[in-house]
Amino acid sequence: MLDALLEKAKKEAEVAEAFFYESTELPISFEANRMKSINARESSGMALRIIKDGRIGLGYSSKLGNPGDLDALVASAVESAQFGAQAQFSLPGAFTANGVATFDPAVEALSLENLVSLGTEALDLLRNHDDQFLCDVGAAKRVTRVRLLNSLGGGTDYVKSVVSLSGSVNLTRGEDLLDVWHYAVSCRADIDPKTVAQRVIQRVEDARHNADVSTKHMPVLFTPQGLGNTLMQPLRQAFSGKTVLQGASPLSDKLGEQVFDEKLSIYDDGTIDFAVGSSPTDDEGMPLRRTPLVEDGYVRTFIYDLQTAGLAGAEPTGNGERSPSSLPAPGYHNVVVAPGSGGSLQDLIGSVAEGVLVEFTMGAGMGNLFAGDFSGNVHLGYKIENGKLAGRVKDTMVAGNVYEALKDIAAIGSEPEWVGGGFSAPPILVADLSVSTREG
Amino acid sequence: MRERIEDALKHHTADYVEIRIEETKSTSITYRGQDLEEVGTTTQLGGCVRAVVNGGWGFVSFNQLSDLKEKVTQAVSQARLVGNEKTELVDVPPVDDVVRVAMVRDPREIALADKKRLMDSYVEEIWRTPKIQTSTVRYGDGYRKQYYGNSTGTYIEQERGRLTAHFGVVARDNGNVQQARTGFASSDDYSVVENRHAEVREAAAKAVGMLDATPPKGGEFMVILDSTLAGVFAHEAFGHLSEADHVYENEKLKEIMVLGRTFGSKQLNIADSGQVRGLTGSFSYDDEGVPTGKQYLIREGELVGRLHSRETAGKMNEAPTGNARAESYRVPPLVRMRNTAIEPGDTPFDEMLAEVKDGVYCKNWYGGQTSMEMFTFSCMEAYAIRDGKLAEPLRGVNLSGNVFTTLENIIAVGNDFAWDPAGGTCGKNGQSAPVGDGSPHVLISKCLVGGQ
Repeated sequence: MLDALLEKAKKEAEVAEAFFYESTELPISFEANRMKSINARESSGMALRIIKDGRIGLGYSSKLGNPGDLDALVASAVESAQFGAQAQFSLPGAFTANGVATFDPAVEALSLENLVSLGTEALDLLRNHDDQFLCDVGAAKRVTRVRLLNSLGGGTDYVKSVVSLSGSVNLTRGEDLLDVWHYAVSCRADIDPKTVAQRVIQRVEDARHNADVSTKHMPVLFTPQGLGNTLMQPLRQAFSGKTVLQGASPLSDKLGEQVFDEKLSIYDDGTIDFAVGSSPTDDEGMPLRRTPLVEDGYVRTFIYDLQTAGLAGAEPTGNGERSPSSLPAPGYHNVVVAPGSGGSLQDLIGSVAEGVLVEFTMGAGMGNLFAGDFSGNVHLGYKIENGKLAGRVKDTMVAGNVYEALKDIAAIGSEPEWVGGGFSAPPILVADLSVSTREG
Repeated sequence: MRERIEDALKHHTADYVEIRIEETKSTSITYRGQDLEEVGTTTQLGGCVRAVVNGGWGFVSFNQLSDLKEKVTQAVSQARLVGNEKTELVDVPPVDDVVRVAMVRDPREIALADKKRLMDSYVEEIWRTPKIQTSTVRYGDGYRKQYYGNSTGTYIEQERGRLTAHFGVVARDNGNVQQARTGFASSDDYSVVENRHAEVREAAAKAVGMLDATPPKGGEFMVILDSTLAGVFAHEAFGHLSEADHVYENEKLKEIMVLGRTFGSKQLNIADSGQVRGLTGSFSYDDEGVPTGKQYLIREGELVGRLHSRETAGKMNEAPTGNARAESYRVPPLVRMRNTAIEPGDTPFDEMLAEVKDGVYCKNWYGGQTSMEMFTFSCMEAYAIRDGKLAEPLRGVNLSGNVFTTLENIIAVGNDFAWDPAGGTCGKNGQSAPVGDGSPHVLISKCLVGGQ
């Protein structure tokens, strides 16, 4: 079907590219301490991108059953090309892709029963720990096939397998609501329900008692998850070639300059075997690589898809990502913060006399990301007192500017971990941040 | 289609089965800066079957509609694997209806070239303002036709339209980068996005104006929320807590959210409605074929109702409300809001302002989030209030607090009212849905402001 679409499109346009995806998903959900639903989802769709008279046209359809459907797709791409942007790129031809592993037959082989027992084991571990826990668990597998073919002979064809397990606990005492969760995801069938349950249980136990903090500046320690949902969003936006091209990134004119603490290095790496964000090529058929974003505090590279790179006069970086009903745009594969020498999370906690440990903030990404300002409600976080966790903090916000916060890093932990698949980082201790709390 | 759906529903062995088939067609035009970035059209066709057996659910979604009967069998057998309790769904009288979309000014009748010309003129308007660094202009319209049938004998064909134009503006002065936005949305009228040059110009001016703003000091302050932000507060802070799927299997939360409990003063009224004409959160029937209406959540300060699906209403023994919504045929419906609003009270804005010695006036928003009892939202525009008068502009103001105490702390409800003209999009469990938020100005005696 891909070839047929390309043939039809070549008659109408100078360049054509067909993108097809097909995915099957099997998510099982457990709600309120028992299995609640089994879902099976199949979806597929095809996008056509063309360059006609130098302009980009795009069409997308998941209605592909009838003979006229491909013609309709070509017609919609041709119509949009009349108004489309001037193409500033050429598509890649054929090449030998890297051998990154994205498919584990053991994931595809997981049966409904396997997934049910994966979820059941996590649920039982949580429930057996405390019968007051109200638990939700999700176990799922997904197999996606991506095929891309362009009129220059370039393209890609790969299969990705993903398995995930999430566990969450709600504990309500009076009007004190505590929600804690952990999500593990992998391209390999290597997810351990014990790890997921233990992580949730540990976080609940640390939050059993509430502690008071005062409104002032203090050291704030971010766990990998806390770092991901509090500080990374403005950085992801700032390093996107699209933001840079618009001049809206505070880093646009800082390439090659030291902006961050010298301890900080961040990479985008699509070449890690079985990492959820890895694949042989991006969604435009460009090979993936390991791109340094920050090295020793210096701003090194912004990420680009082909068109954005063309407009910016920059090198494409293999970061073209599509939705698939939209044109490719810069997207990250696996964002990896390099570990430092600060030791374990426990070591870092031990080094703080008075501070806050942040596991999850709400709303930090809602503010003025362009400026790097963040201000998040500590949804799950703990007071650190004399090197020990002293209870959960509530009604508390941490706020600051990400560029100032990451200029003054007290320590970067030595033990990185994956958070939700596409992000890996160690804990980071920021020397001084504003903490505000409700009085009395 | 009716025959195929009704045929597939025959002879099933489940307690309840429903089939949804959806066809959508959408158009989008996107600009980054002064350049057109993307013009695209999308066509989607797909369906799903959802079944319940002994309280357990099975769900199957697909793009190939060829064998509906087989999909029903698959969903029922999945449900049977899960279920080992009693199915409790609320009784809803069967419906047989066809809902055609009645457009005031139909975007499908406007040529793509004309839509583009209109958006071009807004892009020009934005760029007349000095110090603009970049802008994003997004126009989109979509049309959805849904065929729905279930085993209680309901069959509904429902059309829905939606169009939006959103404008984001970024201003920059050296390292200082500020942004503002505005937008317009409608379910049935293209004219809401026409003749908006003044509003677009004003958004550009606001982004530039925020360059001179200072970050707030952190701590607790008296705050006034404008109608847009107070609408988001109603949605985030109380609306989500009223979604019965959070409550129906959580005995402790049931105790907190017991009907009749007082949450605020007499002047506080909050309702959720699927029937406000023209808003993008409105529709005749939800994705379980239940008619929508207006549901009061808080009346004169007292909790009087919540939002339901067939199952949550059945399990809690309350009346159905038509709040089961699915993002698309790919996913099962969730209990969620439609158009949520704080209803007008009797305090003029000037009187509210006069109450505030040292506080913040917060307008419009970037986003909001809630974790049941805690909420947070970020203001697009804010001003310090000193001795009853508006003072300097503030940037990066995030508000946060505990829902229960903040509702109690609403000490005045304005005598004005507006729906957010931009419409809203609500995210829940990975699904997004268009919603409406509205309110008058409200005065809150104490709210936590995140500062630096």
